[in-house]
Amino acid sequence: MQKQLAKMKQSLFDQGYLDEQFIQLEELQDDANPNFVEEVVTLYYRDSVRLVQNIEQALEKNPLDFAKLDSYMHQFKGSSSSFGAKKVKTECTQFRDHCRAGNADGCKRTFQELKKEYATLKKKLEVYFQFARQAGPVEKACRPK
Amino acid sequence: MNLGMNFTSSSSSWKSNDKASDQFPAGLRVLVVDDDPTCLRILEKMLRNCLYEVTKCNRAEIALNLLRDNKNGYDVVLSDVHMPDMDGFKLLELVGLEMDLPVLMMSADDSMDVVLKGVTHGACDYLIKPVRMEALKNIWQHVVRKKKHEWKEKDFEQSGSFEEGEKCQKPLEDVDYSSSANEGNWRGSKKRKDEEDESEDRDDTSQLKKPRVVWSVELHQQFVNAVNQLGIDKAVPKKILELMNVPGLTRENVASHLQKFRLYLRRLSGASPHQNALNNSFMGPSDPTFLNGLDFQALATSGQIPPQSLATLQAATLGRSTSKSTIPVALVDQRNIFSFENPQQRNNNSKQVNLLHGIPTNMDSKQLANLQQSAYMSRSNSVPSHMVQPQPRTQLLNDIAGTRVSRNGIDFSRSNSEISVSKNVVPNYDVYNEINQNRNQDWTLQNVGSTYGSSLHVGPDVLRPVLVEPGFTSKGQSSLPVKSLGIDQQFNSSLADNSLRVKAEMGFENGLYSGHFGQDDLMSAILKQQEGMGPVGNEFGFDGYHLDNLPV
Repeated sequence: MQKQLAKMKQSLFDQGYLDEQFIQLEELQDDANPNFVEEVVTLYYRDSVRLVQNIEQALEKNPLDFAKLDSYMHQFKGSSSSFGAKKVKTECTQFRDHCRAGNADGCKRTFQELKKEYATLKKKLEVYFQFARQAGPVEKACRPK
Repeated sequence: MNLGMNFTSSSSSWKSNDKASDQFPAGLRVLVVDDDPTCLRILEKMLRNCLYEVTKCNRAEIALNLLRDNKNGYDVVLSDVHMPDMDGFKLLELVGLEMDLPVLMMSADDSMDVVLKGVTHGACDYLIKPVRMEALKNIWQHVVRKKKHEWKEKDFEQSGSFEEGEKCQKPLEDVDYSSSANEGNWRGSKKRKDEEDESEDRDDTSQLKKPRVVWSVELHQQFVNAVNQLGIDKAVPKKILELMNVPGLTRENVASHLQKFRLYLRRLSGASPHQNALNNSFMGPSDPTFLNGLDFQALATSGQIPPQSLATLQAATLGRSTSKSTIPVALVDQRNIFSFENPQQRNNNSKQVNLLHGIPTNMDSKQLANLQQSAYMSRSNSVPSHMVQPQPRTQLLNDIAGTRVSRNGIDFSRSNSEISVSKNVVPNYDVYNEINQNRNQDWTLQNVGSTYGSSLHVGPDVLRPVLVEPGFTSKGQSSLPVKSLGIDQQFNSSLADNSLRVKAEMGFENGLYSGHFGQDDLMSAILKQQEGMGPVGNEFGFDGYHLDNLPV
């Protein structure tokens, strides 16, 4: 069970969904907070819904308020990177580049990508955490190779 | 969804410092402010894992209330930069001012100008998100550092022992200071002790944490008025303080400000090619420097600088930062004054300092624009009040000359207690020649590149006579139109490099002497000065730093 879990995690890293920050969070887990990372991710997905909505609304305006969009995305990026959501973070950066270039189409396109990555990661992590609960709290964070 | 009030208070927030210090840094009381709940939760956990006592809140207003309600309840504040209800920098300033706690900023934004802004606003440190455990583990150092300075102040007055006595063993001249930018304030006050009568002030302040003073335009103007009223000879902090009559302002604040003021003047009038020395003196981060603003004006008002050069210089110096609204000032490490924004300066000597490293500025783009504008205005001679009036300038120069002359006798050693230096500076009215000759002389304030402390105390009194004349006379005399700039426009910042300053000096003097050097002459002279700025000898017995020893 543990092995499978480790493999799962490894694959998430290999595919670039997660980065080092995730490990940092796992290292914070202890007996008192065995599911800390799951807790954080849940919190993230709950809170970021609002942000995603805001961005979507802002993207429907015409003309686009790039400064505002950039600011939203800055928040989003900060949140996402805090637990290691690598691909999401990359899309955020891309989005911000488009904002700075005033590229409305770029923003919209990138945002679609971002939403995709955001959703994909959520699913994958759900599976992972489910596994983690079943596998038991024993395993300490280990770094993927 | 973000909940409105979201803070948890650790149960032992109010426990005494003594207990906490036993297991220090465990038990460090941290207040963390971040509007993002995910980040906040993570930070809280990390800090708890560091064995700190964590209080989290997601709004700056709440944080301020917490801090105000319990002034001694926290040791350090961690704040995000981008928050919806209040800018993180504003919170930083307020905390520094009201509670004088170390504040660390955090952001996912790692662009240089934002980091600089943090530094200039007095942040102890700037952490890039996502924050790692390692970064948080060491935040206690900022608390220690700050406490150490307060204890040093106490120590001077009292000879008692302290809880963490070993930290106070360093001598007063110790200028080894950390990357934390806001220590200059304390050092400045400390160094003035020898000269000033401070015992009565010491008592009240030694127990309290002093709020850091922000020298706003108005405040500085009051200061200047007071100084002028007293006369530069008699302008001692105590009297200035009385005259200013500003509640909450302490003698130490005034003393430290006065020191900088004097150094500024000296630099402005005296050390023409060797501005660098004085640059360092203004590294006190949260203390405003009026230097560059005045400098610029001097430059402008001299009328000798060809407009293009001025514009070029301005552009060059400003250009580095024009794209941003904040002036990129400085480094976290004050020592490292040269490395940062020197690139496109015309100086061959790349060691020439940007004056305002480490100095927080309140100058934003608007002020910057004003600065430029007024400089230009002056340049075009359209505003006579901005022009230096001949008579004051004459006297100024005389005084400068006088002070220069007498300066030779001053002990410029780095024992920084030598504030008392030249109380007997006599304006020498026959020294125009000497000034002329001295211009290219390699006399220098050797404190270039040195750490803050040492640079401060090179006979500040030298400039006393000067003080009355140049721009600081507020009442319409305005030799140097400091008023138009506002004190907060300390920044030449990246602006202020030596070429600029050299020109200021040059123009100033030139204006007086002949009145009309040709532009070409002026330029070549300036350039020559710049080139000649290389190794400057220890003419005055400095054992300070040479220009060439400066870390680049």
